[in-house]
Amino acid sequence: MSLLEIKDLHATVGDREILKGISLTVDAGEVHAIMGPNGSGKSTLAQVLAGRELYAVTGGQVLYQGQDLLAMSPEDRARAGIFLAFQYPVEIPGVSNMYFLKAALNAIRKQQGMEELDAFDFLNMVREKMTLLDMDQALLNRPVNTGFSGGEKKRNEIFQMAVLEPKLAILDETDSGLDIDALKLVAHGVNALRGPERSMIVVTHYQRLLNYIVPDYVHVLAEGRIVKSGGKELALELEESGYAGLGIADEEEAVGKV
Amino acid sequence: MTAVAEQIGNWLAEFSGQAPAAPWLQELRAAAFQRFSELGFPTTHNEEWRFTNVAPIARRPWRNPPGKSSSELPEEARRHLAQYASQANPFVALNTAFLADVAFFQVPRGTVLEKPIEVTHQVASMAAYHPRTLILAGANAQCTIVETFQGTGSYFTNAVTEIVAGENAVVDHYKIQLESREAYHVATMQVQLGRNANFTTHSISVGGALVRNDVNAVLSDGTEATLNGLYLVNGSQHIDNHTVIDHAKPHGTSHELYKGILDGKSSAVFNGRIIVRKDAQKTDSKQTNKNLVLSDEAVIDTKPELQILADDVRCTHGATIGQLDSEALFYLQSRGIGKSDARSLLTYAFAQDIIDRIKVPELKDRLEKVLFERFHEHAH
Ligand SMILES: Nc1ncnc2c1ncn2[C@@H]1O[C@H](COP(=O)(O)OP(=O)(O)OP(=O)(O)O)[C@@H](O)[C@H]1O
Ligand SMILES: [Mg+2]
Repeated sequence: MSLLEIKDLHATVGDREILKGISLTVDAGEVHAIMGPNGSGKSTLAQVLAGRELYAVTGGQVLYQGQDLLAMSPEDRARAGIFLAFQYPVEIPGVSNMYFLKAALNAIRKQQGMEELDAFDFLNMVREKMTLLDMDQALLNRPVNTGFSGGEKKRNEIFQMAVLEPKLAILDETDSGLDIDALKLVAHGVNALRGPERSMIVVTHYQRLLNYIVPDYVHVLAEGRIVKSGGKELALELEESGYAGLGIADEEEAVGKV
Repeated sequence: MTAVAEQIGNWLAEFSGQAPAAPWLQELRAAAFQRFSELGFPTTHNEEWRFTNVAPIARRPWRNPPGKSSSELPEEARRHLAQYASQANPFVALNTAFLADVAFFQVPRGTVLEKPIEVTHQVASMAAYHPRTLILAGANAQCTIVETFQGTGSYFTNAVTEIVAGENAVVDHYKIQLESREAYHVATMQVQLGRNANFTTHSISVGGALVRNDVNAVLSDGTEATLNGLYLVNGSQHIDNHTVIDHAKPHGTSHELYKGILDGKSSAVFNGRIIVRKDAQKTDSKQTNKNLVLSDEAVIDTKPELQILADDVRCTHGATIGQLDSEALFYLQSRGIGKSDARSLLTYAFAQDIIDRIKVPELKDRLEKVLFERFHEHAH
């Protein structure tokens, strides 16, 4: 049984179809990269997998550990081991990062029949993970993502992932906007979590991340469909010839390339 | 007999049945009762009471609580009593007509009180209560005042608090309203602030079926006044907060932040008037009212009223009405936090900055518990 099986998934927002039949299978321990032009539906796919109600699933099926994922609430998905690192992490004034993360961790531990961590044990484990990502401990006492720089927000996502130890991590453009040092830190944090039991879907625009997080498969998403899949060399190919080489119109990308 | 005459008649019987008091007090009461009889209860035709219908209070023949006797008051208190809160407000007049036991505190000039002055009203019987508080803080004095209102069953609290702060005095005031859900609560606070005085009030309103709070502050030269408010309503609760900040002299500063959380079929009113008198130049005033509306049926009316007669001033105001942020909710859920917990967490977070301003640790702890319980109730 695969960890995740997406079969012919269709999703709409309002009356607009964004995902137009996506099929993808992820086995335990695999890393899949998803690339594709702006607006192709990458974040939509990520959000649908995490359970965002904004998107209506109009067709297809998603099985996670053999179970109907789409029937589960977002919190139940998280408790079952799914983690989404948001492309745009949400600011939550008034809720401290520490309180938030402890509540999240304990909700997940409870589901898995583990004892809840007290403040002391929690802090110890969290400190370790913060060191891994070279994060300032002061961030713990600040409200969730509030006033964080773009890079701090992205690192905070990976930090949360490190604490929550998911089975399936979906990283949505975690590398965008990071300088090379921050990128290495994030990649280091991600790689520390790689293992035979942990799978990842890594959404990115840039081959550069994939130098550090080496994927088993690369898929190209365009206009709501996976138009090409291959090994890690596909990312290099894209870097060389752009989406145009695949016959995909992507003006933004073309302009952006110097 | 008209309905109004009947209402006044009921009050007259209670008024006349009061235990006799010192002549000066009898006189004060009689004049106030006269005033009340002329005014009657306000109706919604009165602009000040447009959104708050006090008919449920006016209709009921309220009794005096048993065993109420008047206390002796020092000369100093008598000089200040009933001098500030306007008797043109019928509820103030009514309170004065039933003046008996006055909670009077005087903080002598230059004295710093370490412990808060606590005035707790705990009531139980089906009666009308007219608690009166008078606080005189001398020049350079410093004190904290915590007024708490709580009770069980159905009753009517009609409170008046007068605070006079001398030059350079620092007063930190808290009003914690935890009345029973069947109670009617009307409270007027009048604050007279001296030169360079620094006054902060925190009005936390949680209980009551129908609640009206009036906070009126008159500022002097260089006075700083901060008005914080938090009101939580659900079910069929109604709360009306009316504030008046009167910049009477130059160089005054006022900060006002009122936050409301509404659920169920509740309703709330925020009316914040800022007056800047003609010679109150260099006034700096900021007013903010933020509302979190958790249900489709709750209603909020919010209105700033700026009367600015000076030209060299800075006055800003803003009001918001919003729902829980669905993105934030999803973010929390996506980390495994259940939907109802996520809702209560975000609701709590909305109130957090008001709670964080509370400087009395025990009070803060206590309110955090009250809010926590309340928001769990909200969320489910
Ligand atoms: N909430 C929404 N309301 C309306 N349209 C939306 C919404 N979310 C996404 N879309 C549209 O769906 C399409 C796919 O968006 P999506 O965010 O999934 O793209 P993406 O591949 O992640 O793009 P990017 O690389 O820019 O992050 C876009 O055209 C976008 O405008
Ligand atoms: Mg995206």
